[in-house]
Amino acid sequence: MSDGAAMGIGQIDYDGLIPNNVGLAEDQRVRKALETWHPGYIDWWKSMGPEGFQGSSVYLRTAVGVGAEGWAKFGFVRMPEYRWGILLAPKVEGRTIPFGAHKGQPAWQDVPGEYRAMLRRLLVIQGDTEPASVEQQRHLGATAPSLYDMRNLFQVNVEEGRHLWAMVYLLQKYFGRDGREEAEELLRRRSGDQDSPRMLGAFNERTPDWLSFFMFTFFTDRDGKMQLAALAQSGFDPLSRTCRFMLTEEAHHMFVGETGVARVIQRTAEAMNEAGIDDPYDIERIRRLGVIDLPTIQKKANLHFSLTLDLFGNEISTNAANAFNAGLKGRYREDKLTDDHQLTASTYPVLRLRDGAIIKDEVPALSALNMRLRDDYVEDTMLGIGRWNRVLERAGIDFRMTLPHVAFNRRIGEFSAVHTDTAGAVLSAEAWIRQQMAMLPSDDDNQFIASLMQPSWQPGRYAGWIAPPRHGIDNMPGDFEYVRIEN
Amino acid sequence: MIDFQTSPDRYRHWKLSFDGAVATLAMDVDPAGGLMGGYELKLNSYDLSVDIELADAVQRLRFEHPEVRTVVLRSAKENVFCAGANIRMLAGASHGHKVNFCKFTNETRLAIEDASENSGQRYLAAISGSAAGGGYELAVTADYVMLIDDRRSGVSLPELPLLAVLPGTGGLTRLTDKRKVRRDLADVFCTTEEGVRGKRAVQWRLVDEVVPPSSWEAKVAERARDLAAKSDRDGQRGVALTPLQRQFSDDGVTYPHVQVAIDRAGRQANVTIQGPAELPADLRGIHDAGSSFWPLAMARELDDALLHLRLNEPAVGLIVFRTSGDPAQVLAADSLLEQYQSDWLVREIRLLLKRVMKRVDMTARSLIALIEPSSCFAGTLAELVFAADRSVMFAGTGAGDNRGPATLHLSALNFSAYPMGNGLSRLANRFYGEPDSLIASAERIGDTLSAEDAEALGLVTFAYDETDWDDEVRLILEERASFSPDALTGLEANLRFAGPETMETRIFGRLTAWQNWIFLRPNAVGEAGSLKRYGSGVRPDFNPERV
Repeated sequence: MSDGAAMGIGQIDYDGLIPNNVGLAEDQRVRKALETWHPGYIDWWKSMGPEGFQGSSVYLRTAVGVGAEGWAKFGFVRMPEYRWGILLAPKVEGRTIPFGAHKGQPAWQDVPGEYRAMLRRLLVIQGDTEPASVEQQRHLGATAPSLYDMRNLFQVNVEEGRHLWAMVYLLQKYFGRDGREEAEELLRRRSGDQDSPRMLGAFNERTPDWLSFFMFTFFTDRDGKMQLAALAQSGFDPLSRTCRFMLTEEAHHMFVGETGVARVIQRTAEAMNEAGIDDPYDIERIRRLGVIDLPTIQKKANLHFSLTLDLFGNEISTNAANAFNAGLKGRYREDKLTDDHQLTASTYPVLRLRDGAIIKDEVPALSALNMRLRDDYVEDTMLGIGRWNRVLERAGIDFRMTLPHVAFNRRIGEFSAVHTDTAGAVLSAEAWIRQQMAMLPSDDDNQFIASLMQPSWQPGRYAGWIAPPRHGIDNMPGDFEYVRIEN
Repeated sequence: MIDFQTSPDRYRHWKLSFDGAVATLAMDVDPAGGLMGGYELKLNSYDLSVDIELADAVQRLRFEHPEVRTVVLRSAKENVFCAGANIRMLAGASHGHKVNFCKFTNETRLAIEDASENSGQRYLAAISGSAAGGGYELAVTADYVMLIDDRRSGVSLPELPLLAVLPGTGGLTRLTDKRKVRRDLADVFCTTEEGVRGKRAVQWRLVDEVVPPSSWEAKVAERARDLAAKSDRDGQRGVALTPLQRQFSDDGVTYPHVQVAIDRAGRQANVTIQGPAELPADLRGIHDAGSSFWPLAMARELDDALLHLRLNEPAVGLIVFRTSGDPAQVLAADSLLEQYQSDWLVREIRLLLKRVMKRVDMTARSLIALIEPSSCFAGTLAELVFAADRSVMFAGTGAGDNRGPATLHLSALNFSAYPMGNGLSRLANRFYGEPDSLIASAERIGDTLSAEDAEALGLVTFAYDETDWDDEVRLILEERASFSPDALTGLEANLRFAGPETMETRIFGRLTAWQNWIFLRPNAVGEAGSLKRYGSGVRPDFNPERV
């Protein structure tokens, strides 16, 4: 019994090839387009999805309804047989465009002609990130520190796959031939490929180890959450509904990242206490315990945080202003904000680089939307950092994780022109080269982490560098076999 | 004051490098290096300061680097080739500045094409990242346009959908006339903000080739070598374009061979060109003289003077050309230019003179040539007479004047070396409806022509003797100064160019004229217009009426 059925709307149709709650059975044109696209997607999944585990049964969650509760059903499934589908949050009758120049008008059920190109670009950029992270993470199964973590990885992967489906549905339903071509292109680009890379820089970086994976899901997927939250406000109703549902899935990714890093920190703290090491910087001794020292974890956080900030684009952005004014992309939790939702007369403080110094500048609020979303992101991230620090606090370790300054290690935006340290002090090129190793993971750090990446596939067993979780998935017992490995 | 003189050691926006026959001209715009302040030149967007350096680089490549047969135009920035003219600069600039900026940009682009077509210095555009608007317009000045196929980089002319103006520095014209893009596809391209990338860009003839990143650098180098192999350019030792010796004063500027004296009350600039004092005997002498060889020195000075008047003296509505010197020496200089025309340096000098004369044609001021006793309007300098809107020649000699009568001389160069934008020599353009007059003039090459001869041949507008000269000249100048400057600009731009259209005349006459109209319309420049609202996120309000 799905929640959608209980509400009488948004029921998921599992009868056809493509599960959906958008009436695909009656929509010949889009069904045909999606069915044409489907084999290419499966090929992509098989060649670029999790490597070595396509035949394994994984205890995965599948959406069975789109309401606020009871939408997930757990069961064993082989990943290529996962029921990817088109799921939109229920339609809200009488919804109006919540912001921008068209505020108060009925939400669009079709794409307005004048915004077609802008909308398509937003969808393609969002869509491109979904398969990209699957590609980045495809080698990680082989070194999973437990079946629990392996299952979480695969859950994240299949949901990224579903998010791709969500974007492809919108492209094919609303953007005609161009949309179909873009949908094909989404399957053709490859993360890190020299000739056809993914569109955004952070999605072409390697995810070489599990600490990177946890950091990625904590930092970079959180950018995804912010973007989805902003798009969930869209005046283009199908996009809004799609993103609202995607957000419920994205929450799981945050959970994987935040608890993943927390468990690494916890294991390090435990090992230090067991060995009687007080000094977190006694790196050699700590590493000999087979755990990752806290300064290295901090360096990984510095790296992933700074790479992710680049995804927010330029602080001052005409594109962001246009998208907001057009009613296509709102702010984070636009519906909870209490201003005029048009921003034509207000300003927003932006950190800028002026004559080599970082200053705060009041700029027209419409131009500063990227900055604002980034600020919201940093705030949201701080909450997670606080929870990591509580682990250290409880363990009595004298070390606290911090976020580097937003100007640190940037390649896009105001600060791409300078080097700074993690506190935001501007560094000369020579000083940057000297200090870089203390702020970002060195080859040595990465090699050490890589040396710990040994598989631990016994049910209930965990690699020595990570603590077990407090609860199992779906309340399963500690020794539950989340992945039945078959090749 | 806007200064058009620069040199590579002072560039802020371009990087020149050399590898044998291949030079690389890499755009690396300094965001803080704008001419006016108040805007940042992000993403390799440009203003006049960027174009002044480009023009300088193109010129120096021709004179200082005879060994360079291919110039690779590319970006030194990641992910962007060039974003075109800076919008905030355009939004803040006066109408006059916009018009002059675009004109100079157009002239520089045509100079690139001139190098490719006539100097054996072929341009190759290697687009990696986005080439938008003026960035794409710049790229298609090249003979061969390559686009990296990284699934992100593309070419676009987003002016209309994004800014409600035109791709007005040659973009529309080069699409149809040079790239020969089908008109309906050109329509789609120019109304699609994000533009076109990958194979479709080749199918639509927007670029010549797309290349994946893995083979990009190798392919660019290969194409550059291929182009170089086809060139007939054969020089060894370049000629340094030494800094111009100029003295600015409140009322003008003085160069060794060109004097500009401004009469502010009369709103006129008196431009006097000195003929050559001495000339080398042969080709070797020309090379040894280098940038002090009179035709080259004079051309550079006149060019700079014209640009100075255009940008820094907008209220001067009238340019009065005079010359001073020995016409036989000017004809001797012409003979050198004719005799050694197959030499790379002489070829460059002739081509530069051609471009400077075109700059005269394109200058939106009334042009009057006064042919007086002891002037030297001969051959190359006589082009100024034929470029002028009116020419007046002094007939006979003045009482007590021992200088002898005014003369006019034609040389072979008047018939072949300096075609206008419409492809005709100034004389053929002048005699568009009178082929016999053109033949009659050609028969008088080298002759000393009196005012009566010149008037009879139709080479001057009027000839006046001592009795009438002062009054008639004064009346012409005063009357001219009383007319509407706008109407005169329109009148002159129409009458100067007779007959056939070329891509060049279409760029200036059709595209630029429409663009300049749009630049005055509220839909672009009004408080709620596209340029004013650009970047604010707020949509412009258009007046829906089609005019």
